[in-house]
Amino acid sequence: MTAELGHFALILAFAVALVQSVAPMVGAQRRWSDWMAMAAPAAITQFLLIAVSFAALTRAFVTSDFSVALVARHSNSLKPMLYKVSGVWGNHEGSMLLWVMVLALFGALVAVFGRELAPGLKARMLSVQAMVGAAFLAFILFTSNPFERLVRPPVDGADLNPLLQDPGLAFHPPFLYLGYVGLSTAFSFAVAALIEGRVDAAWARWVRPWVLIAWITLTIGISLGSYWAYYELGWGGWWFWDPVENASFMPWLIAAALLHCVVVVEKRNALKNWTILLAILAFSLSLMGTFIVRSGLLTSVHSFASDPTRGFFILLILFVAIGGSLSLYAWRAPQMRSGGVFAPVSREGALILNNLFLTVACGVVFVGTLWPLILEMTTGEKISVGAPFFDKAFTPMMMLLILVLPVGAMLPWKRGDLRKVMPKLYIAIGLSLAMMAGVFALQEGAAPLAPVGLAFATWLILGSLTDVAERVRLGRIPVGQSLRRLGNLPRSDWGKTIAHAGFGLTVLGIAAVSAWEAEDIRLAKPGDVIEISGYEIVFESVEKVKGPNWTATRGVFTLKLGGDVVSVLSSEKRFYPVAQMPTTEAAIDSNLARDVYITLGDQQAGSGDWAVRSYVKPLAAWIWLGSLIMAAGGLFSVADRRYRVGAAARKKRAAPTGAVPAE
Amino acid sequence: MVMTRKKKHRIILVSAGLALLTGASAFAVLGTQEAASFFRTPTEIAETPPSPDTYLRIGGLVAEGSWQTGATHKFVVTDTVANIPVTFTGIVPDLFREGQGVVARGYYQDGVFEADEILAKHDESYVPKEVKDSLEEAGHWMPNS
Repeated sequence: MTAELGHFALILAFAVALVQSVAPMVGAQRRWSDWMAMAAPAAITQFLLIAVSFAALTRAFVTSDFSVALVARHSNSLKPMLYKVSGVWGNHEGSMLLWVMVLALFGALVAVFGRELAPGLKARMLSVQAMVGAAFLAFILFTSNPFERLVRPPVDGADLNPLLQDPGLAFHPPFLYLGYVGLSTAFSFAVAALIEGRVDAAWARWVRPWVLIAWITLTIGISLGSYWAYYELGWGGWWFWDPVENASFMPWLIAAALLHCVVVVEKRNALKNWTILLAILAFSLSLMGTFIVRSGLLTSVHSFASDPTRGFFILLILFVAIGGSLSLYAWRAPQMRSGGVFAPVSREGALILNNLFLTVACGVVFVGTLWPLILEMTTGEKISVGAPFFDKAFTPMMMLLILVLPVGAMLPWKRGDLRKVMPKLYIAIGLSLAMMAGVFALQEGAAPLAPVGLAFATWLILGSLTDVAERVRLGRIPVGQSLRRLGNLPRSDWGKTIAHAGFGLTVLGIAAVSAWEAEDIRLAKPGDVIEISGYEIVFESVEKVKGPNWTATRGVFTLKLGGDVVSVLSSEKRFYPVAQMPTTEAAIDSNLARDVYITLGDQQAGSGDWAVRSYVKPLAAWIWLGSLIMAAGGLFSVADRRYRVGAAARKKRAAPTGAVPAE
Repeated sequence: MVMTRKKKHRIILVSAGLALLTGASAFAVLGTQEAASFFRTPTEIAETPPSPDTYLRIGGLVAEGSWQTGATHKFVVTDTVANIPVTFTGIVPDLFREGQGVVARGYYQDGVFEADEILAKHDESYVPKEVKDSLEEAGHWMPNS
């Protein structure tokens, strides 16, 4: 019965979403407060209904109810519990259910935490949110019903794709969706503001935490996906510029631009139209990503099923949402009141540069991702755009961004003076140049990648620290006072420093791995010793092992440095009999200085030797640690008292002299 | 203060400039070697061999009995009409097998395709799209076979 209950709850949620998308909007236009007031309870009800539906599907997976077609196709009774649960979203139907649940969750959160929100804005925002929700609920109900029953249920299920049976990947989709779909709040706020024809500092203060939360979870989701690719695919790569990766990376870039320029709206009442446009673009790219991944236009591990009706349906949603919001923008944006003026050299000016580089970077990724599709549709020629394109087109934009970042972060609002700011950064500049010279002198050969990359990373990290040191007037006032100032710094300033330094650490990891990675591929037999980057890897043995739903050939390796044993590692070649599919589990010894990465390949037919691939990757862990530190910086910023959800309106109530909008 | 005409023009100019800059830098890089690779079927390569400095992809089935393992793998990619010998140094993906679909990226030199990357599929039910198309062109594609 649970499956039918879940299906019924989903139909009810669709009905609620329809009411929620119409009633509050009409109420806001006609100023009927009772119709507007329907928005919040409807948003909460819609979320609870979808949650019931999701719980019903989870129960079917956990209890291995193979009479549900989806469970029979994607689960197996032998599978560990974690993967029975993650199997819920490891398929097309379930992942779309998770998608709408997160969408409804954000609507409900705005309803709960937005008690102080102006009723008109709140009603319109929740109405727009429900329109998106209704569209996707219809998509699930009409094209991808997860609760379909089988007349003759099989004895056991067909198992989840073994590549997806991994703890890192179990949590990758929920985080990614929180980020992807979290951008819907900024979108709904932007569309609501366009309908109201008004954007002000209070609006920006409302939008900012939601953009930050979306950006933080997207950062974590992308890092998890990248780390999974690193250790599960067995190639030692961590980013492939795969179209599906790009689909999540483009919204991330725009979200990063958006969270910077929403600050300008809040503090200086400028760049309003641009902020609205970015909010629309960010979610449009999320929708486009969903379309690319789900439509089967591109086949990869992410596309579970390709069904033309599904692709067409999402394309229709995409067309209405993006076309509609951009038309509204073209119509309403010119009437938006523009605010504060500023000199080109100022914090505002620097943030415009930030936005310029981030959007152009997103633009080149966009061209590289969609160009093959467009070319095939128009000429029939099949091309593939690979990593070299993205490396060449994307990297210069990031370099420009990094060059400007520490300077821009220290410029004052409205009007700045480079002659005052630059001297404060002389130490950071000097040390970065010293880093470049030092690395250049130490390394063999004249490849510029490592010296330049490490100098850029140093510049970012030291630049961020210089900013803090200046804020607390380190060295110019007694240390005790400086420390007190440090304690009093607003959390959003901490967030800024931490996030920028985290970005520097990621750049550090990327530059070091790209420049200094050592690779060794050979045929070896147990007893052989592989020497790489000063390490000795002893190939000890090969043994057969058995897991809950797989069997594996395990290669055991001892890692030695200067004769001392560092660790004993094992790499597995697993075979999942139900899915008839092998996977590779890499052996990784990771610390802050380097990763040693070993994979066991196939056994050779004649000699019985094994293919063994080993790498030493300097500073590799920092690629992901840096991104997590970036996300932590975002968390600090969200926690800032000034941006606590609801603070804006409360402040307004305390100061009734301010212009209170007529409601 | 409603947006002035001058300001509106400036915004249009800046946006147009931005779009042009993005497009120009993207296509400038697309034109360079190895940034983008064209797809060719074994038949197309056999009929009109590409120049040795063209970076391209080739797709088809790994011919039965053709795979010789070693540090350098040797195998034949076929669309059942033409056969192209391929070499690849490295570890082949988990799902690389004889009789299965494969896409290789690299250069075609002196009658041998030297691959620097082998793309196999992610799971059992997936056949690379290019492979499917190339077999269809050769008239040998049977769905669900």
